[in-house]
This record gives sequence, C-alpha cells and structure tokens, in this order.
Amino acid sequence: MTRRELKSVVLVPLATWACLCLALAATAAYAFIPDAPIKPIAALAIAAFKVILIAAFFMRLDRASALIRLTAAVGFLWLSFLFIFAFADYTMRAVRG
Amino acid sequence: MRDIETPQAAPQTPEPAKPSYLADGHTVASWIFTTDHKRIAILYALSITVFFFIGGAAATLIRIQLFTPHNTFLTAGQYNRLFTLHGVVMVWFFLVPSIPTTLGNFLLPLMIGAKDVALPKINLLSWWLYLGGAALTIVCLVCGGVDTGWTFYTPYSTLYSNSCVLAAAAGVFVVGFSSILTGVNFIATTHMLRAPGMTWFRLPLFVWAIYATSIVMVLATPVLAMSLLLVMVERVFSIPVFDPRFGGDPLLFQHLFWFYSHPAVYIMVLPAMGVISEVIASEARRRVFGYQAMVYAMVSIAIIGFMVWGHHMFVSGQSPFASVVFSFLSFIVAVPSAIKVFNWTATLYRGQIRFAAPMLYALGFLGLFTVGGLTGLFLAVVPIDVAVHDTYFIVAHFHYIMVGGTVSAFFAGLHYWWPKITGRLYSEWWAKFAAISMFLGFNFTFFPQFILGYLGMPRRYHQYPDQFQIWNVLSSSGAVVLAVAYLLPLAYLTWSLFAGRRANANPWDATGLEWTTASPPPRANFETRPRVTSAPYDYHDPDVGPTQPNQPPRQTQAAE
Amino acid sequence: MSQSAQLLHEPWPDRPRETEGYVFAMWIFLATEVLFFGALMAFYTVNRWAHPAAVTQAAAHTDFWFGTINTAILLTSSLTIATADRALEHGLPRLARLALWLTLAFGLGFLVTKGFEYRKDLEDHLWPSAAFALHGAGARPFWGFYWIATAVHAVHVTIGLGLIGRLIILSQRRMLRPRQASMTVTTLYWHFVDVVWVVLYALLYLVGRP
Repeated sequence: MTRRELKSVVLVPLATWACLCLALAATAAYAFIPDAPIKPIAALAIAAFKVILIAAFFMRLDRASALIRLTAAVGFLWLSFLFIFAFADYTMRAVRG
Repeated sequence: MRDIETPQAAPQTPEPAKPSYLADGHTVASWIFTTDHKRIAILYALSITVFFFIGGAAATLIRIQLFTPHNTFLTAGQYNRLFTLHGVVMVWFFLVPSIPTTLGNFLLPLMIGAKDVALPKINLLSWWLYLGGAALTIVCLVCGGVDTGWTFYTPYSTLYSNSCVLAAAAGVFVVGFSSILTGVNFIATTHMLRAPGMTWFRLPLFVWAIYATSIVMVLATPVLAMSLLLVMVERVFSIPVFDPRFGGDPLLFQHLFWFYSHPAVYIMVLPAMGVISEVIASEARRRVFGYQAMVYAMVSIAIIGFMVWGHHMFVSGQSPFASVVFSFLSFIVAVPSAIKVFNWTATLYRGQIRFAAPMLYALGFLGLFTVGGLTGLFLAVVPIDVAVHDTYFIVAHFHYIMVGGTVSAFFAGLHYWWPKITGRLYSEWWAKFAAISMFLGFNFTFFPQFILGYLGMPRRYHQYPDQFQIWNVLSSSGAVVLAVAYLLPLAYLTWSLFAGRRANANPWDATGLEWTTASPPPRANFETRPRVTSAPYDYHDPDVGPTQPNQPPRQTQAAE
Repeated sequence: MSQSAQLLHEPWPDRPRETEGYVFAMWIFLATEVLFFGALMAFYTVNRWAHPAAVTQAAAHTDFWFGTINTAILLTSSLTIATADRALEHGLPRLARLALWLTLAFGLGFLVTKGFEYRKDLEDHLWPSAAFALHGAGARPFWGFYWIATAVHAVHVTIGLGLIGRLIILSQRRMLRPRQASMTVTTLYWHFVDVVWVVLYALLYLVGRP
C-alpha cells in the first residue's frame, strides 16, 4: 500500500473514529456528573459534533460538491420548519398538555 | 389549407427507423417488468384511472344520499366510510400521482433530451409500491372501509374507531414511499441528465413544475409516513403517542399530518401549473410571459407551502399566536400563485389562440383555479375560517382547486400530449363537448357548495336541515353532468386508440424537444442525442408577437 | 483508482456522471430519512417539553451500558465500512471484503445486543401497557418513543445489513470492483443509520443520570 493510500484508506477513518470515541466518552461522562449544568444541551451538542464528524469525514462531505452539501443540509433545514412552527404553537398555548 | 382547429394528421409519415416504445415487446411481462419510463407512465395511467372511478363511485353515492335532507339511502356509518374512501382514494391514489407519474414520467426525459429517468428500476419499483398500497386499500374496502375521514384524526383513529384503520393507514404509508422514490428519481434526472445546451433556464416550465413538485414530495411525504406509523403503532400495540390520558397530545398528529398534507396540495397543483404553461404557450402561439418569474413563483410556492399548515388547525386548539403566524404566511403563499395567473393571462394577450380541447381545459383552469385560490385567501383570514371551517365552503374551496384546477389541467395535458403518447388523434368535436360539459357540470356541482357553506351546512354529515335542500339538489344534479363529462373521454380516447387518425411528430406545431421525435417515440426516445441552442417557447421574437396567424415557431429547440 | 472497466447502466451517457448521479440520489433519499426520523424526534421533543420531570425519571430506567456499548459497536462499524469504501476505490478489493465482513459482524452484534436489552426491558416491565412499571404523564410516551424509535432504527440496520451482504456476495464473486457506486451508496446509507443512533443515544441514554 502506498503512503497516500495508507493515509486515505486507514488513517483518516481511524482518526475520525478515535475522535468519535473520545466524544462518546465525554458525553457519557458529562451525563453522570451530578448537578452539571445544561445536560440536555450538552448531550445534543456533542451528538451534533459526532454527526458532523461522520458526515464530513466518513460520508466525505468535506470534499463534496456544493449540490451534495446542500442536499445533505436541506433535510435538516426543512425539519427545522416542523419544529419551529409546531413549537410556536406549543410554547404559546395557555394550558400545558 | 390546414385546419387550425384540429391537430394535424399525418398524411405521409414514413416508417420510423426504430419501432415505437409501444411495439417494443408484446407480452404482459414486457409491460409489468418494464424499465421504460414511457411504459411505466402508461401503467400508472391505467392504475390511477381505475382509482379515479372508485373514488368517483363513492362520490356518486354521497351525492345520491344528499339529494334529500333526511335520506336513508345510506346510514351514518356507511356515509362516513364513503367520504373517507373518496378522500383517501382521490388524494393518494389519484391526484398526488396523477400528473407526475403519468405525464411527468412520460415527458420529463423527453423534454430534457434524455433516454430515460436516472433510476429506471427504481421507477418500476415506484409503480409496484403504488400497487402494493392500492392492494392494502382494497383490503380495507373489503373489510368494510374506514370511517375516520381521509385525515385520520386522533384520538378517534387510534382509540375509538371500529373500522379498518390499519389497512387504510398501511396502504397510504406504502404508496407514500412510491411518491418518495418518484421524487428522488425526478430530482436526480433533472440535475444529471439534461442534454447538452439544456441549461436550467432553457427548461420548459413543465420540467420546472415537476422538479418543484418532486422536492415537495421528497421532503413532505416522510413526515406523513411517520405520522401514520405512529397511528398504526398506537392502534395495534396500544402504545400511547397521541393519547391525552397518558400525556400525549392529539394535536401533535395534526401538526405532523398537515406538515405533509398542506404541501401535498402543492404536489397536486404545481404539475397542473406546468401543464397549463405548456398548453397556453402552444395554443396561443406565444412565449410564456415572464418565464423567470414563473420559475421563481413555483419554487417559492414549494418552499413557503411548508410553512402554512396550521391554517388547517385554526379551530383545533392551536395557540392563537401560531394561528396568526400561519395566517400571515398563508397570505404570502398566495402571491406567487397570483403572479402565475397574471402571467398566463398576459401570455394569452395578443396571442393567436386556437380553441382546441387542451386550450378549453386550460382556460377553464384559469377561471376555476382563480376562484379556488381566492376562496383560499378568504379562508386564510382566521375569523372567516372559524365561521366556515368544517362546512361546505371548505369542501367547495378545495374541490375548485383540486378538481377545477388539477383535474382540468390533467385533462388539458392528456389531450395535448395524447398524439405524442399514443400516436393517435382523438375526435376534436367530442373532446370540446366533454371539456365544456365538464366546466359546466363542475360549476353546477360545486358552486352551490360555497353557498351551502356560507349558510352553515356542515360537512361530513349524512343528513341536513331542510333549508339546505335546493342547493344540494343543484349540486347533485351538476354531479350527473360532471360524471357524464368524465366518462366521455374514457370513451372517445379509447376509441382513438383503435380507429383514430395517426399523428405526426408535431401535430400542434409546438416547440419543445418532445415534439422533435416520432409519435409515439422509440424506446430510446431520440434517434440522435439532441442539442439545445435556444430558449423555450420560441414562437416569436421576444419583443413582438407573431405577425401572421398559424405562424410556425421560428426554430424548434433541437438543432438538427 | 481501479483499472477495471466500470459498469454503465441506461440511460447514463458516461460512468462519472452515473456515479455522481447515484451518489446524489442516495443523498436525496437520506434527506427523506432525516424527515422521517425527524418527525419521530418531534414526538420525543414535544413529550419531553411537556413533561420534563416524568421523562427524566422514566429515562433513568434505560440501560446505560447496553446503550453505550451499542454506540461504540456502531461507530466502529462505520469505521470499517468507510475503510471498505476507500479500499475498493484504491484498488484493494481484498481489504474491502475483509472490512465488509467486519462491518457485517459489528452490525449483527448491534442487533444481538439490542435483543438482550429488549429482553431486560421487558423483564423490568418497561413496555407501556397495563403492567407498565412507571407512573406519571409523559412516562409512557417516553417509553413508547423508546420502543418505536429503536425498532424503526433496527429495521434500518437490518436493511443495511442486507445491502452489505449483497456487497459481500458481489465481492466473493469478484464482481465488486466494477461497482464502486454501489459500494459508496451502501456506505452512505450505513453511515446515516449510525448518525440516527448517535442522536437516539443522546435522547435515550443520557437523560436522568446519575
């Protein structure tokens, strides 16, 4: 295997995996710290970080065309419409369910 | 002297070099295992026609029941199952697939100069999934039907209905994936398979319409699928999702359902708008007025259409704040539609209009879609909707758009491209008669329903107070005319397949790549790969209209 | 880049365009999956927003170790399939085949672990029926979400394993090298399945600890 092949085939995925495992350890540890602040947000933020790592390096968005990146983002953008407008209802209802 | 009213017959058409797609295999297997987008379009056309008449039969029974105020032709339970069947079948098994899977499948590759869609086997799978969903719906019908309304509202659908909810929901779930795969296919096709020279702003507006529709299909349908999956799970496994006794919210179902179902109406209307642009340009011999505005309008409708769903929930218990936001955005979404109506009208202005059947349907569309759209604007005003919600005003509004709009456009497109698809010409006299009958029958059926709703008659009731009878009688009588008008094309179009005059490649003398190949086209669509060098609708110079009647287009899109 | 001829399907004019097209089509499909799972996440979010205390309590009963081990398994399977995809691209079909087998093994390991976890959950009466162990509005919908989301995810894992199995069969028949697009598309799908789990992990296993 050439050096370039080694880097691309083994090292980049391995490095990404290592970062993902560290993130997993961090998120798990943080969840168990008693009385740590903003746990839900921290958990989701680390999850988002992991998702971005997978998308960028495993799914190769780091080198993808603008069209592919746009397609990758569009689902999340549309999902945000669902959340934003539905929660415009939920947060402004007088009585909670 | 060429008869300007009828499409041109082919006096001496030389034998085509390759057999047409219709002659390319005569076995049943060559049809149901085909990967040819043109054959798949025909398979879909046959399927949706069957379901159109099933949905129509349900409507017939409904209108019979409503002929008199205290009719006992149907019980309340039977009536509930019939209007549900009518809605489920007409929305998911007729309207949503109609133009995209028939005309879209047939024409998209032709219009962009491709040999087929991006994923031909997935295209076939889409049709098989349609059949799967259809089979489940038939199972539901055989088991006595479902009585929740096509909207499957919880907690009735999950906890209390004793009807066949599971089969119906599963049928819609499966046919949803048919929709999704078609959308994926069409988006990939439009991006990746355009012929050399076919830039985005040289695309016919029908292609833009199918593209915008596909984006909506792909992004909205998965949410419907999940909402129905949750209903099925709650019903079968008694897992509380929308059950308020355990902290669930029934209104969440409505949010998820309408997140799809409002954009769904744009899935139903955007392709219709694409057809109308093509027909009006060709039959008025004019470039479409404001091509770029038309494109941006369709894309805007596709996007903003995702932000208005709460206008279906003004009286459901949604917060008034959200209602105001949805109301405002519903006003905004009307603007691009209105721009399109203005532009079609401007296209007609100083045109050399041929009043063949496609144009008659298109003109009908303009009027009926405008009425439907304007009444939609009325309904976007919260206090008005609070008064007429769940009355016949709503029923009339959406039938004006769906039937007056989409079905008119579907028939316009069907007639316009019939020579291309089948290689035959239909009887122009019968077609015009059917078009006019349909317009009159439609208005007699549905205009009285605006009045009924305004007077307060609620929808989904099998009986009604005596004072509403006259309008119901008018509506049911109009439905008879409408039914005849729908059966006529079935007759004369089928007849044309066996005895119609043969069509040449371009009977309408229209621009567009689909008219540069034989009628019907060969399996690979084009003899040689087209190259595009001009803008679409090149009927005349951009700054002037045609100088003589029946002037042929300056050049077709393909340079030979 | 592999020197072997690549397959070309109708109606594509050339191979690079076809690969680009298939990859694009898979990304569009993944966008639909984002909305499919996203709608389910909306159910979770609404329930947790409405009943934060009940959900926090109910979530404390998920098994942290099963969840974390499964996350590690799935992340590692993403590593192996990413390696397989790159190996095939660089003309290393045997490494690709080995990596595919490893991915299959990890994927099956995920499902087996999940099976054991389900058994334990049922023993703890965490199925939201009449015998449900927990009380409070919002607890049953949380657990309802747990069962639905993990089951739907498991279905996607199973489909992914089928796709990977197909690639392994092609590889055994020495038919994988002309089908790079097939490999890339399967890889994207598998990574997406991993992405969904990463989010589910945060929603199900990190709530209500310690």
